[in-house]
Amino acid sequence: MNMVFSLLAIVILIFIAMGGAAIAGLKPVFFVVIPCGAFAVFVAGFIHRILSWGRLPVPFSIPTTCGQAKSLPWIKCDYLESPPCTATVIGRMALEVLLFRSLFRNTRLYLYDERPVYSSAKWLWFFALLFHWSLLVIILRHMRFFIEPVAPLINGLAAIDGFFDIAIPTIFLSDAAIVLALTFLFLRRVVVRELRYISLLTDYFAVVLILCVAITGILMRHFFPVDIEEVKTMALGWVTFAPYVPKEMSALFYIHLLFVSVLLAWFPFSKLMHMGGVFLSPTRNMANDSRMSRHFNPWNAPVKVHTYEEYEDEYRDKMKAAGLPLDKE
Amino acid sequence: MSIKIPKPEEMIRVSYKPPRTPWMDTPVDFRPGTWSYSGAAKNLIYLDLPNPRAWQPYEEDWKLPENWKDIIIEGMRERLGKYRSFKLFMDLCVRCGACADKCHFYMGSGDPKNMPVLRAELLRSVYRRYFTESGRRFGRLAGARDLTVNVLKEWFYYFYQCTECRRCSVYCPYGIDQAEITIMGRELLNLVGCNINWVIEPVANSFRTGNHLGIQPGGVKDMLEFLAEDIEERTGVKLEVPINKKGADILFITPSGDYFADPGTYTCMGYMMLFHEIGLNYTFSTYASEGGNFGLFTSHEMVKRLNNKIYAEAKRLGVKWILGGECGHMWRVIHEYMDTMNGPADFLEEPVSPITGTLFENARSTKMVHIAEFTADLIKHGKLKLDPARNDHLRITFHDSCNPARGMGLFEEPRYVIKNSVRHFYEMPEDTIREKTLCCGGGAGLGNDENIEMRMRGGMPRAMAVKHVKEKHGVNRIACMCAIDRSTLTSLMEYWVPGVTVTGVHELVANALVMKGEKDRTTDLRGEPFKEKTDDEAL
Repeated sequence: MNMVFSLLAIVILIFIAMGGAAIAGLKPVFFVVIPCGAFAVFVAGFIHRILSWGRLPVPFSIPTTCGQAKSLPWIKCDYLESPPCTATVIGRMALEVLLFRSLFRNTRLYLYDERPVYSSAKWLWFFALLFHWSLLVIILRHMRFFIEPVAPLINGLAAIDGFFDIAIPTIFLSDAAIVLALTFLFLRRVVVRELRYISLLTDYFAVVLILCVAITGILMRHFFPVDIEEVKTMALGWVTFAPYVPKEMSALFYIHLLFVSVLLAWFPFSKLMHMGGVFLSPTRNMANDSRMSRHFNPWNAPVKVHTYEEYEDEYRDKMKAAGLPLDKE
Repeated sequence: MSIKIPKPEEMIRVSYKPPRTPWMDTPVDFRPGTWSYSGAAKNLIYLDLPNPRAWQPYEEDWKLPENWKDIIIEGMRERLGKYRSFKLFMDLCVRCGACADKCHFYMGSGDPKNMPVLRAELLRSVYRRYFTESGRRFGRLAGARDLTVNVLKEWFYYFYQCTECRRCSVYCPYGIDQAEITIMGRELLNLVGCNINWVIEPVANSFRTGNHLGIQPGGVKDMLEFLAEDIEERTGVKLEVPINKKGADILFITPSGDYFADPGTYTCMGYMMLFHEIGLNYTFSTYASEGGNFGLFTSHEMVKRLNNKIYAEAKRLGVKWILGGECGHMWRVIHEYMDTMNGPADFLEEPVSPITGTLFENARSTKMVHIAEFTADLIKHGKLKLDPARNDHLRITFHDSCNPARGMGLFEEPRYVIKNSVRHFYEMPEDTIREKTLCCGGGAGLGNDENIEMRMRGGMPRAMAVKHVKEKHGVNRIACMCAIDRSTLTSLMEYWVPGVTVTGVHELVANALVMKGEKDRTTDLRGEPFKEKTDDEAL
């Protein structure tokens, strides 16, 4: 049901975009108002969400330790899995954010011969990593539309991405990779029954929406070319605050741009905010040093305790009978 | 109520097929053997906790306060503002499912609400409904649902089917820690008086008498002296039992299970023999006679209320620093909470071993050292005379307890101590040890008899790993550093892997420890004879 609704939402978006393409008068709405508005919502929303987490106190030091802590000098500390200081925490976070360290541990449980067996299951890690890195490359490649002259770094990246020089225009590896990875992630959600059971509408929608962005982009590059000059003039218009409404654009471009706009505007309110949130996760970004240096809790308040005096008052006779020392006779 | 549980050969046939109905439409079934009795009113009253009353979870009417819903929602609001972890873990999950089959309760029960992700969604769905715009607007489409009595019952059932072991958080790409969510869930349940007696009675006892079991000062003394007599009988060495001794260098804190229940008592004898042998000037305390802190299974406030005694007693007795015995969640509290909650311990000294002169730099602020660190240091400096051959009748494996593993990173010290105390040591499979260790199934206050089926299910993955090394290497004893383990693993082994018994690490040390003035020892601490030394086996 959740999957059906998410697909339905995609179809509705396509119709909206096609409607926009059919009515020439709506061009400023689709080419300026929606994309710029979406971007503004993205930036403001992203910052708001990060602050909404970041301003909250972290009352206790709660890193999840995944390796030997720093203790006696002759015991080898696992600096990246149980980081004792800031530098090593940065290392741990870098592994987590750039290489998805924790996901790399993934296993899948089977009951084999009446025993649980933990078989290696790196597919999730592999395709998740493939997806995220491809997305990054694609976003960087798109920077060519926003910068004039195009920075050499971006051209270089595009050259590497199109290294195999297959077909004309060259097929970008990142394009192929992102479609492959997203397809895997989508199918996994649909096919694995446990995953289907826990999936919400938003889980399908996120994957399908990004997949649709990618597919419409690829279609425009390889099958239904658009006027790149016009696109670039429009994009430069956004960033220089001099809006430009392009001439004839295909419905496909309308759809691509609307999908991207929806993705941007929805991003801060969705689970996609894990992009920012992962940096704030206390089980990963704290040093395992809570016995070495005191962690401060800003709202640490006094609580009702049972003092030794109260204890001795209650048990004085019994303690005396047992020959235990007393503070007050 | 007599509780029948399936035989192991039935229980192992777990079905991982989710029910036909979506989880929001699948009501909770309080099946005997899978939940714990409610907290008794007298305990709640003693602790000033809300809504003390007589009730049981299987009953229709939970006798909640009239405004229970407001209390819970307000409680959530307060906690969402006080804990970044709570808010972040409500927002961050992408439901990738990596955690799903990492939970021992899911592995053993196949109940999808035991997947950490879904256990968290039980709370997240309510969070979305009352605290997010999309949840308020789109309800179920956004994964939100109203807070109802049935939802509350579901929380109770599943938050008391989580041992806060943190295994899921090792595998989560964002480090989402179900323990944090369970702790919050239990705090909220406590606001309307829904808790379990196996947690709340130990809490009340600890608050009053200083220990879980409610043993009064004389009882603690009797028990420790009784252990000293046993030691004398086994080893011929007479030792002193310092209690509440002002002027001691070191305050020793250990879970009360160590001096009151087998097989923990042998571990306690181990500590006492070790301290005697090295001439440590230490003391037990009757006021702080509990290392374990069941406050952790109640609320953060309760953690602090109970933990307070440790520093207070150290200050009163004027010791230099504190040494802690083998316990799991006790060490989570000491390592990650104590200094923050009840510190700074500026009245203590940075811990230095009086025997080796080693400064325990890793504990220089909290000033409390784990006994495995302490003993490993002694062995490394050659301060102990150990004859590991005395443990030759034992084939040992080591169970990393959840909290020292994932809430401390204490892996090598116990292994070093064990390897110097025994000659037959075998690790369980890699996916079941160290940071990937599997829970005993009875942590976080769930180790009671009425919850026996869930315990056996939750402990199944651990038990099967033991079975593996039993068949492969003839392992007959599992060592651990946790009082709850020593109690719950015992029944777990009886059920799944008969023939394997449980030991603490310092029981092994004590067996191997060659003491000054000891008689010719022929048995271990349990009175089991040492293996006859053959020529090729002699050291």
